[in-house]
Amino acid sequence: MDAFNLYSQMERDDVLIAFKGSITSELLTSILQIMETKMEDLHEAPRTRKKVFNVLVECLQNLYHHIDEFEVEGSALEVSEKKSAIFSISRNFECYNIVTGNFVSTENVEKLTNRINMVNGLTREELKAYYKKILNNGEISEKGGGGLGFIDIAKKSGEKLEYSIREIDENYSFFTLTVKIAQN
Amino acid sequence: MKDLSLEGSAKTPTIDFKSEGELLIKGRSIPENSIEFYKPLIDWISEYSDNPKGQTLVNIQLEYFNTSSSKCILDVFKKLESISESEVSIKWFYEEDDEDMLEAGEDYEAIIDLKFEMIEVEEL
Repeated sequence: MDAFNLYSQMERDDVLIAFKGSITSELLTSILQIMETKMEDLHEAPRTRKKVFNVLVECLQNLYHHIDEFEVEGSALEVSEKKSAIFSISRNFECYNIVTGNFVSTENVEKLTNRINMVNGLTREELKAYYKKILNNGEISEKGGGGLGFIDIAKKSGEKLEYSIREIDENYSFFTLTVKIAQN
Repeated sequence: MKDLSLEGSAKTPTIDFKSEGELLIKGRSIPENSIEFYKPLIDWISEYSDNPKGQTLVNIQLEYFNTSSSKCILDVFKKLESISESEVSIKWFYEEDDEDMLEAGEDYEAIIDLKFEMIEVEEL
């Protein structure tokens, strides 16, 4: 195994942290702590630090809740493989990029992409109003923010959510979400 | 009744609810399971509302909160709103460059029928 290719690729992409595996609460605590320290070391403006931290929390907790609720049939190995996820956080002169990737059931792809497209179709003022409406109507699941996540990410990042779907087989697809947060 | 006091952690805020009528939520609220964290707070307010002080002052000094907490925080405000024999007022603190936190406070103010005061500070 020669890790140099992986190293070079990450170097080229200005990666600060990358991870592949199962997403636990303890992992998220550590990642958030590391990112806070890194942003302090980089002397980021408080405003950038807060935006990145907020958006990162939502993106990573999205992964955490999704994987918890995601039903996989098959051997223990297959379950652990499909419940594994990936994320990376990178930074260049213009912006931070948070990229997450996880398996989704192909049957849920349409619902997911409709939801993101809908959020992407809203102006900033509409996002604010929609957030307030969902918050007040309490359409929120037991575990997560149930639908508030994407709205909050779009609202705080100030950018459209980029995503892609790759079909793996007839049951599963791989969902990639990229969120940009401009510096200042 | 007893005061409710919880030490803050990497993902949960410091809680200091005094039966004297002063309530504080301070720090960060980003737990994966917010409902579990907020339940004792709601229960405490429920008990307090049976025999409240004439005035109840609520200080919210949050640095970060996740969307899963946002609904629970609304539930806290709704519980406070339902206290009939006390004048409840909310002081919502935010850092000077944090327009997202100010906006969040204004969202609650628009939904909840209580007196809100937005207070800008240099650092929380």
